[in-house]
Amino acid sequence: MGTIDTIWLREMKRFVRARSRIVGNLSMPFVWLVIMGFGLSSSFTLPGVPFSYLEFFAPGIIGMTLLFTSIFAGISVIWEKQFGFLKEILVAPASRTAIAVGKMAGSVTVAMINGLLLFAIALLMGALPLAGLSAAGVAAALVCMALISAFFVSVGLILASRLDNMEGFQMIMSFLVMPTFFLSGAFFPLATAPGWMQALAFVNPLRYGVDGLRGSLLGVAELPLVVDLAVLAGAAVAATLVAGYAFRKIRL
Amino acid sequence: MAAIAVQSLSKSYQGVQAVDGVSFEIREGELFGLLGPNGAGKTTTISMLATLVRPTAGTAQVNGHELRDQDAVRRSIGIVFQDPSLDGDLTGRENLDFHARLYRLPRAAREARIAEVLRLVRLEDKASMLVKTYSGGMKRRLEIARGLIHRPAVLFLDEPTLGLDPQTRRNIWEYIKALNRKEKVTVILTTHYMEEADALCDRIAIIDQGKIVALDTPAKLKAVLGKDSISVEVADPAKLAKVLAKEKWTLSLAGGRLAIGTSEGAKAIPRLMRLAAKAKIPILSVDLKRPTLEDVFIHYTGHAIRDERADGRELMRQGQRLWRR
Repeated sequence: MGTIDTIWLREMKRFVRARSRIVGNLSMPFVWLVIMGFGLSSSFTLPGVPFSYLEFFAPGIIGMTLLFTSIFAGISVIWEKQFGFLKEILVAPASRTAIAVGKMAGSVTVAMINGLLLFAIALLMGALPLAGLSAAGVAAALVCMALISAFFVSVGLILASRLDNMEGFQMIMSFLVMPTFFLSGAFFPLATAPGWMQALAFVNPLRYGVDGLRGSLLGVAELPLVVDLAVLAGAAVAATLVAGYAFRKIRL
Repeated sequence: MAAIAVQSLSKSYQGVQAVDGVSFEIREGELFGLLGPNGAGKTTTISMLATLVRPTAGTAQVNGHELRDQDAVRRSIGIVFQDPSLDGDLTGRENLDFHARLYRLPRAAREARIAEVLRLVRLEDKASMLVKTYSGGMKRRLEIARGLIHRPAVLFLDEPTLGLDPQTRRNIWEYIKALNRKEKVTVILTTHYMEEADALCDRIAIIDQGKIVALDTPAKLKAVLGKDSISVEVADPAKLAKVLAKEKWTLSLAGGRLAIGTSEGAKAIPRLMRLAAKAKIPILSVDLKRPTLEDVFIHYTGHAIRDERADGRELMRQGQRLWRR
């Protein structure tokens, strides 16, 4: 330990200190949930889905919150490169792997807190049926959330280890983050989507995340929960290994 | 054992020789300066010794450890980078605490040591403030304190006063001298400020285009240029020259003044005054000029240290630095 909890502790301190950022992190998914959720709920019923659009949408928004906060937490290493703090960390007699693990653990924790807060908001709003929740379902949802976070934190870290500044940030938003979100099945069932979209969604880990959240929280999903969790776990482990490797190779 | 021993260390980037076979030794407890213009290879040299950059050729031992023994070297050194490297969203104390944990100081020792280094740089009162509210000088002091927490044998300071105002700069000098004395830590600093090298360092290596062109104490470096020069304003310089002819001074007449060359100008002036008074020659004014490190630098490199223009990238960096501090 030592190194890992030191890095983790710093992430926590920064997170707690930036209270306005917590509100900022949650404001967008909240607005989406309220406006899109309630708005579309009153005008659409989804084919083959036995619950309201709002209920269908809520797990997607939890996935979105995790996607955004995870990728940004990972990519924040670029700032650390720029404002020099990364040097202070990398010159220490500590293992790079431990540093990367600490960073990932901190970022996953932050993303999970955000995800759980949104989960709570969704429950309070009645966007998720409280009555339908089971202990096993919630446990499965938590595992799902942790795996989604681990995967996207790793993606953020990989990007950060390759980039030296935030110039490419808009590109990452437009061509990576938003498509990942839109093609995750958060908005609409993928089963009835065009074939090319299904093909893209097939390789989108968030799709399995959102589906897994639906399966565990609503009891209805496109894929069996086991499949969702297995795919997510595989993707998360692979991404974590690549991120660890990329982080070890960072040159200042 | 030398604190640092360097043998023919070289580093080239894409064919450009940043550091070109430098060799030197730094004694334990010494305050050693690497003096040279921007781009001379100072930072690259330090980065290699701090294991952040791998040398292309050559070897070095830091506190007795070979560079490839990375963790042993890293445990032996503290470093203050040229650009700020603090977390502005943490307090001063939290920045130090992070460092202490990262260097695995036992919990019991941590707080006492943090208090100790805070006292050394007089930041006790500000320790609970967020670092982003600190002034440039305070940030530098905090970084120096941080570099000392784990009791390194060697402290690297890369341009420790860059971008600071003259008053703050002098202040930082005092802290550097104090820590060198109190903490008994060997200090190696880079600078392109002549007066900084002169005021602080026991010995100086002048580095230019990746090579060390001279290495000695500031006094001896200046002595190479020879003498102090006293210029005397007097009604009849020739008459005064005759009176002083017996002294071991070189005398020359120029522009209605008498120029005296001597190894110890400060001591020569009272003697000169006495001899002139005895001979009843009224002296109107006296001017003493001593060789500066600037002269030494020009002597060895053929150009002034501030000759080079900052290129675009360097200007941007300086701008950024000002903005950050």
